[in-house]
Amino acid sequence: MRRLVVRRLLLMVPTLLVVSVLIFLMAEIVPGDVGRSILGPYASPEQVAALNHKLGADRPLVERYVRWLGGFVTGDWGESPILQAPVTRVTFESLVNSLLLAAIALVVIVPTSIVLGVLAALRRDSLLDRFISVTSLSLTVIPEFVSGVILLVLFAVVLPWFPVTASAPPGADLLTRIYHLILPAVPLMFVEMGYIARMARAGTLEVLDMPYVRTAVLKGLPQRRVVTRHVLRNGLLSTVTVVGAQVGWLVGGLVVVEKLFNYPGIGRLMAQAATLHDVKVLEATVLVVAAIYMLSNLTADVVVAALSPRVRLGG
Amino acid sequence: MTMGATDASGVTAGTGGTGVATGTGACEGSGGGGSVGGRAPGPVLSVAGLKVTFVRRDRELPVVKGVSLEIAPGEAYGLVGESGCGKTTLALALMRYLPANGRVDAGSVRIDGEDVFSLPEERLRELRGTKLAMVYQDPASALNPSMKVGEQIAEVYRFHEGLSRAAALAAARDSLERVAMPDPDATLERYPFQLSGGQQQRVVIAMALAGDPRLLVLDEPTTGLDATVEAEVLDLIEELRGKVDAAILLISHNLGLVARLCERVGVMYAGRIVEQGPARELFTDPRHPYTMGLLRCLPRFGVRKDEVSLVPIPGSVPPLGSTMPGCVYASRCRLVRPVCTRREPDLFAVPGDLAAKGRAAAEGEPPAPTAQSPHDAEPVGDAARHTRCYVPDEVPAMRVEEEHVHKVQARAARADDVLAAAGVSKAFRDGGRRLVAVDDVTIDVVAGETFGLVGESGSGKTTLANVIAGLYAADGGEVRFLGQRLPPRAAERDRDVLRAIQMVFQNPDSTLNPSWSVRRILSRSAARLAGCRGAARRERVEELARKVHFEPRYLENKPAELSGGQKQRIAIARAFAGSPTLVVCDEPASALDVSVQATILNLLADLQAEQNVSYIFISHDLAVVRYLSDRIGVMYLGWLMEIGDAEDVFRPPHCPYTEALVSAIPTLDFDHRRPRIPLRGAIPSLSDPPTGCRFHTRCHRFLGDLCRREAPPWREAGEGHRYRCHISPNELRELQLAELGPLPGR
Repeated sequence: MRRLVVRRLLLMVPTLLVVSVLIFLMAEIVPGDVGRSILGPYASPEQVAALNHKLGADRPLVERYVRWLGGFVTGDWGESPILQAPVTRVTFESLVNSLLLAAIALVVIVPTSIVLGVLAALRRDSLLDRFISVTSLSLTVIPEFVSGVILLVLFAVVLPWFPVTASAPPGADLLTRIYHLILPAVPLMFVEMGYIARMARAGTLEVLDMPYVRTAVLKGLPQRRVVTRHVLRNGLLSTVTVVGAQVGWLVGGLVVVEKLFNYPGIGRLMAQAATLHDVKVLEATVLVVAAIYMLSNLTADVVVAALSPRVRLGG
Repeated sequence: MTMGATDASGVTAGTGGTGVATGTGACEGSGGGGSVGGRAPGPVLSVAGLKVTFVRRDRELPVVKGVSLEIAPGEAYGLVGESGCGKTTLALALMRYLPANGRVDAGSVRIDGEDVFSLPEERLRELRGTKLAMVYQDPASALNPSMKVGEQIAEVYRFHEGLSRAAALAAARDSLERVAMPDPDATLERYPFQLSGGQQQRVVIAMALAGDPRLLVLDEPTTGLDATVEAEVLDLIEELRGKVDAAILLISHNLGLVARLCERVGVMYAGRIVEQGPARELFTDPRHPYTMGLLRCLPRFGVRKDEVSLVPIPGSVPPLGSTMPGCVYASRCRLVRPVCTRREPDLFAVPGDLAAKGRAAAEGEPPAPTAQSPHDAEPVGDAARHTRCYVPDEVPAMRVEEEHVHKVQARAARADDVLAAAGVSKAFRDGGRRLVAVDDVTIDVVAGETFGLVGESGSGKTTLANVIAGLYAADGGEVRFLGQRLPPRAAERDRDVLRAIQMVFQNPDSTLNPSWSVRRILSRSAARLAGCRGAARRERVEELARKVHFEPRYLENKPAELSGGQKQRIAIARAFAGSPTLVVCDEPASALDVSVQATILNLLADLQAEQNVSYIFISHDLAVVRYLSDRIGVMYLGWLMEIGDAEDVFRPPHCPYTEALVSAIPTLDFDHRRPRIPLRGAIPSLSDPPTGCRFHTRCHRFLGDLCRREAPPWREAGEGHRYRCHISPNELRELQLAELGPLPGR
């Protein structure tokens, strides 16, 4: 088990390295350059070239990459020429914002959808099951930006219950910040809920048909005990994996929602850096998100292993 | 209780003038209630007129169609029959545990007089795990994979007796001790997957006994376990029977096992109990054509294909829930009469019980209702025998009828090898460990001969077969085929060799393309293996289908639409498409019901007689191997332990491992029960095989240091009969004969 975790952690290094190379290459392929981004379309090519030369953007690709990498691994992530701020600061500020939004969504989604999924499975084919399945599936198929727009219009414009923007005024306390984040979190819940609930339902159903659940029932155990110890523990393993895989998306993939609600998250920052050729910010944000993605998957695998001795002990 | 009132009408006399069916008003269910209770040692279980129906797509499918039976304290009752006859449904109904689409239509189940179906939920929960306990087929899946076994057993004590966690664990430990689990303390802390199959079943049994049940239901408790593990579990059950006063219901398709454990037996067919009686009488003198049919499907241990042919039951079990006006068995019965299809026979007492019948007639009332309570009925012995047949007197004659034996071609001289594998070794890598699955094995097979390969799982039988077929490349040794050295891999072998060496697997699904029709499957084999084109190919396909008795009208079907037996026929036809010289059969009939198994074994024997093909036949069923094989090789942990003619291998002197295997065969021969030789402990791991003799850790004839230190030499025990052991043939013969006592003359 420990060996597995260490191996997976070590494996992250080459993965991130490959990702960083790909990002560098992709930024190179996209037309335009950082000088043009800063100076705008009316600057002369000479001005742009001069600025690029000053920023080092005209050096050969390999040299630029090696220099950036050398700085990155030693903790010097450099300065964004566009934001005029240290890359480290802008990256982590937006990361914290994104984590907050993801956390709010997850805290609500995970327990609710698991409970709904398990309930649906335990009352299989009942009205409740149909209701849960149909509702959650319907909500899942609505893209988050569509439901986001609708919610925004309904509950922020027509009924002014929530603020239009997701960012709280500077210096606001945590509660206010959370209050601002409720509206953006709901579309995410819609999308995730159906997915996780269906996973929980399927996993539970599968285990309910297992002979060992029959053993447990015919041992005369109270139903609560059968469900908690025998069904859920085995039935929710796949759900844990799914939740782990969704964390990456919730943290780094919310470009549209963040744009819509004007929220300074890491997804928006990433998109902005990509369009403006801000390679250092782009690298930093992508790598951070990739690391979070891998770590959340690893965490899920560790939880699964902890719950299933067969994986933990091997055999 | 509303139950089978239709059954209660008097019975018209049976046909054939046998006088057997003189109107017993026998009706299970007629007044099942009320009769229980009051009497001192009443039956633990009494089932009366039980009917269970499944609803599938709005169709009502009766699965259990009016079953009555009683089991007394300490009595073991065996329920036998092919799969799909409702045995397991009946067992689950006793526990009131039916799938959501199952419902009980009529009848009652009483445990110590308590009606299970009318109990409140809470009382039912109390009953389960205490008075009622069950042991399941496939213990691996019956145990929660993510819970330590100690805790799983302890749950019974915690939730029924209210013990604390620690006290319950201590009780669980004792229960493991009771089922003779080696090292119970360590076992408590293990997860199911860390235990062997036999140990897992011990845990399940310990769990079942934890609540001190009144009724213990064993549903195929040894199916899927190795022969030796089966014997181990059987021994345990037998031993526990002496200590536990529970009534036992044993469900099994293995008649030998039931014969050994049970006093009384019920034969179930299509939701009905068709015959019931004391085990010995029922198996030695069956009085229902179905019972006789089952018995004639089985190769009795010791008989060979050229002596007795297996007689499969024609047709197959009717699909789940089908109803018919007459006898459920009429469509497959050789003794069928017009009356059989018109009206179902009741459970008649078997003749011999004339006194009881006469008395009943004199008193002007029908004889005691049959299955309702054989124990309450005064007459013992024959009187407890009942059959649901109009012509039970004609059943015994079926035994000799239309016996044909398989013609066996004279065996070729040993020098004319079809196949000679010499010093074959094959190792696998598992992580950093090296597992030697086959270690220096030498066998030879001559033309027209069946070479049987036996041993527990993990002994290397299948690996050896795969090396011969070229699916695995051997690490050492060579395989010669018709005198020619074969390349190790199938891909490097000539097409002629590929055609000549074919395989038939246990699971036909693995050889048949599920999206092709049978015709296309056979057509391709005919083209690839026999080189047939055009019209010749079409003809060949039909010829192959005929050869394996596959009805041509199913040729356009896909494998999923066929029964297991039909699929295996196609798999065999496929293998025979190119007139092979050697066919490797890896457990070809093991997953099939006895009747289907008999047809497949017959088919293999007939094809062999016709085409002089050689077989390497792998099976865990020693009676089957003995029936079919001319020569036999016994494998253990990658070693060949013994090789020789079938008869020689199965009688002393033989390798102690073979001796233990043979002693583990459950037999229907009531007079000549062999003492069982228990194999101690589990099979050692291949990654760390024992030093010296591989078998020494479990051997009952272990000599000490010699066995631990030195690999045993090959001993010559007769013509072509050799075994590995430190004990010499003469000594071993005396030792083994002494234990067997006088051998039955065959």
